[in-house]
Amino acid sequence: MSKLGKIARRSFLVGAAAFAGGIAFGTYMVRRPHANPLADGLDAGEVTFNPWVLIGPERITLITPHADLGQGAMHMQATLLAEEMDLEPGQFDTDFGAPAAAYWNTAMAGDAAPFRSSDHGLMARTTRGAMGAVFKIIGLQGTGGSSSTPDSFDKLRQAGAMARETLKLAAAQETGIAVDRLATDAGAVVLPDGTRLPYTGLAATAATLEPVEDAPLRQPSEWRLIGQPTERMDIVAKSTGQQHYGIDTEIEGMVHAAVRINPRRGALNGYDASTAETMRGVQTVLEVTDGVAAIADNTWRAFQAVNAIDCDWGPAPYPAEMDGHWAAVASSFTDERLDKEWRNDGDIDAALTGDVIEAEYRAPYVAHQPLEPLNAVVRVTEAGVEVWTGHQMPRFLQQMVAGVTGHEPEQVTFHNQFAGGSFGHRLEFDHVVQAAEIANQMRGTPVKLTYQREEDFAHDFPRQIGMARARGAAADGRVAATDIQIATVSSSRSQMGRLGQSVPGPDTQIPAGVWNAPYAIPSYRVRAYAVPGLAPTSSWRSVGASTGGFFGEGFLDEVIHAAGADPLQERLRLASNPRARAVLEAVGEMSDWGRSLPEGRGLGLAMVESFGVPVAEVIEVEATDRGIRIHDVWAAAEVGTVVDPVNFENHVQGAIVWGLGHAINCEITYSDGMANQLNFDQHDGMRIWQAPRIAVRAVELGGDVHGIGEPPVPPAAPALANAIFSATGQRLREMPFSKLVDFV
Amino acid sequence: MQFTVNGTPHEVDVEEDMPLLWVLRDELGLKSVKYGCGIAQCGACTVHIDGFATRSCQVPASTLEGAEITTLEGLAPGDTLHAVQEAWIAHQVAQCGYCQSGQMMQAADLLAGTPDPTDEDIDSIMGGNLCRCGTYPRIRAAIHDAAARLREG
Repeated sequence: MSKLGKIARRSFLVGAAAFAGGIAFGTYMVRRPHANPLADGLDAGEVTFNPWVLIGPERITLITPHADLGQGAMHMQATLLAEEMDLEPGQFDTDFGAPAAAYWNTAMAGDAAPFRSSDHGLMARTTRGAMGAVFKIIGLQGTGGSSSTPDSFDKLRQAGAMARETLKLAAAQETGIAVDRLATDAGAVVLPDGTRLPYTGLAATAATLEPVEDAPLRQPSEWRLIGQPTERMDIVAKSTGQQHYGIDTEIEGMVHAAVRINPRRGALNGYDASTAETMRGVQTVLEVTDGVAAIADNTWRAFQAVNAIDCDWGPAPYPAEMDGHWAAVASSFTDERLDKEWRNDGDIDAALTGDVIEAEYRAPYVAHQPLEPLNAVVRVTEAGVEVWTGHQMPRFLQQMVAGVTGHEPEQVTFHNQFAGGSFGHRLEFDHVVQAAEIANQMRGTPVKLTYQREEDFAHDFPRQIGMARARGAAADGRVAATDIQIATVSSSRSQMGRLGQSVPGPDTQIPAGVWNAPYAIPSYRVRAYAVPGLAPTSSWRSVGASTGGFFGEGFLDEVIHAAGADPLQERLRLASNPRARAVLEAVGEMSDWGRSLPEGRGLGLAMVESFGVPVAEVIEVEATDRGIRIHDVWAAAEVGTVVDPVNFENHVQGAIVWGLGHAINCEITYSDGMANQLNFDQHDGMRIWQAPRIAVRAVELGGDVHGIGEPPVPPAAPALANAIFSATGQRLREMPFSKLVDFV
Repeated sequence: MQFTVNGTPHEVDVEEDMPLLWVLRDELGLKSVKYGCGIAQCGACTVHIDGFATRSCQVPASTLEGAEITTLEGLAPGDTLHAVQEAWIAHQVAQCGYCQSGQMMQAADLLAGTPDPTDEDIDSIMGGNLCRCGTYPRIRAAIHDAAARLREG
């Protein structure tokens, strides 16, 4: 990496970024394109036009660098390329590609900038542009923040169009027919007489040409694939047991490793492995940072052996008991810990007089726990390192591994793998670093580290714990004021700290979903407080908005109720932009809001904007003799343009199940410095018997394209709480709700 | 111990308490069988033993003598697909897909005993199969579809 790149990497978030991107680097550094990683090592007859397209005499390969965690990123990326290239499914292979600066994420910076999505003012545009410039200079390749689709939407269509037009030029050169008389269809250039020249046959000629820049993009009316229901390219493999995941990786000569790391995240004081070392199939026992590893000839024997090691663990660097965690949060509403006052509309002090509504909300730590446990295969030799795992940050992974083995990051070859879920979990590096530490002690031997579920839970960097203290007032049947103070752990600082990075400005995630709420409440104040010294946390699907959305929309519902207003009509009246209004109107219609309900039934509504996407959800519950039954959910989201309506629907449904399941029954608590919940019997999430019917509508207003992976999560918990209030009169201000009510 | 997997006889020499899950994955290389929890809480490791859906993480090798085991790879003969698999494709159920082998094995067992299940039947039989991606609405729809496909032959 260049010196400038290193400077930028150290200070790439808010604040420093605006300066660094705009001034320090100059226009040339920002405009200069990154090298095409496919250009190295081309075989004879192969051509690459850009970092996403590789065509050889036998095959076409589309590079889809965004990690596929189950969200369908591979299909989405390939669809955008195939749309412009006139390729049909089955005519090409896909590959995640090698880590490269060329794959820098053009969209990730946008949401990190502290401006509302509806803010297109000069400061907002300048800061987003500057941060984007820094992301580009450091070549930040990453999958997260619901950014894969917005990053890819223009870029990959342009890459596909460039390939198509260059292939047409090659055909023109071979045939002498003018390029404007050529067409493309299903992987071939079509001559005026109908003769088809397959792209693969044109590769050699195309390789001698300059790729066509600024090739025209297809009009939306011409799209064959975008916006149409398509069959996900991985759906057959995933329906026949043929999908290969990281955990299925087998390398010749591979050994199996399991670890136990201090469950208090403290030091390893000592251990006795004498029993483990004698167990069948066990090759050796090794130390890794803060823990031990057993190496055996299969996964189960490694598990058994590592569990037989007697370890002496040091204390936790955070409160040992849960009371201490909550006390730290509760005591953080102070001037000293004020991270930022994010919003102060109107005159909040004047508005909060008379009958002031006050409430306190809580959100616990929650684990990610995708169903595929963390795993990684690593082989270290003098010449370099190879890594096989599913990961969201390939270039940081190279750095972390190189830091263990003493190689240069470029010597770390990373083979990204399909992942069995992530939800933010595969942004972390511990398991990869541990696999590298083991493999570095066994150079030449490929090592597969598989986490036991219990180890995965114990070391899951959970969602931030937090509380909100809210005050509000109603006047003349309307919401007059809300003042929401939020204190949470800064998951951004915790996460970036593990990468050796700082977050220079305030953490946008602490008040996410609240400060940017698209409501014009006359007096509206939002303050964020950062809680220090607690358990390390990480990005959990929808990050800050997963807690903020619950606080903000739960409390707004309370003030609306106090005003005697209708939850939908009042939100519509307060909605401050057309996108928010559109999703509210959509769910109102879908749910037939306002209809009379049988005794014991209730409807609840919430609308939260996160990652630039407003999502409204209405939930219908029934208070039965045995507890709350969730019958139906109606959801509407505005994402500009939908690439794949089938995957869109599946994703919104899944995100709602995710949001509801964790709101109902999940929390991570600590005793003696250790997580108490170590498997799915203690941290279920939703099961099928609790899952409601879920109707989904995409609202496409045609503006900027946004991702849908996370935004449907935040409204789920408050919509459920508001529905339960509507059915029973009981306000739920603390997750998990199962502490307060039963569910059937 | 000797047993058959997808119609093929196998003999393995492993510890008596080694779970079938790991015999299948690490000794026989059948990777559709997934490790999720190890304590019968997620269902990702579901296979059929003598025709019944079973959590393979809970079956010690010592009990396998003579057993007939079916994994998703062997659910339908040859290159054909079971109706459940056809329905799973038609409804595009999978997101990450990691739980889906177990879901389909459980669903096939459900349909073998209950050819026309209600939502309540589905919820009660499929309740042990965890999907962290939350594909439950599609799982329900796909099971109804598979039931119809099986009835129509």
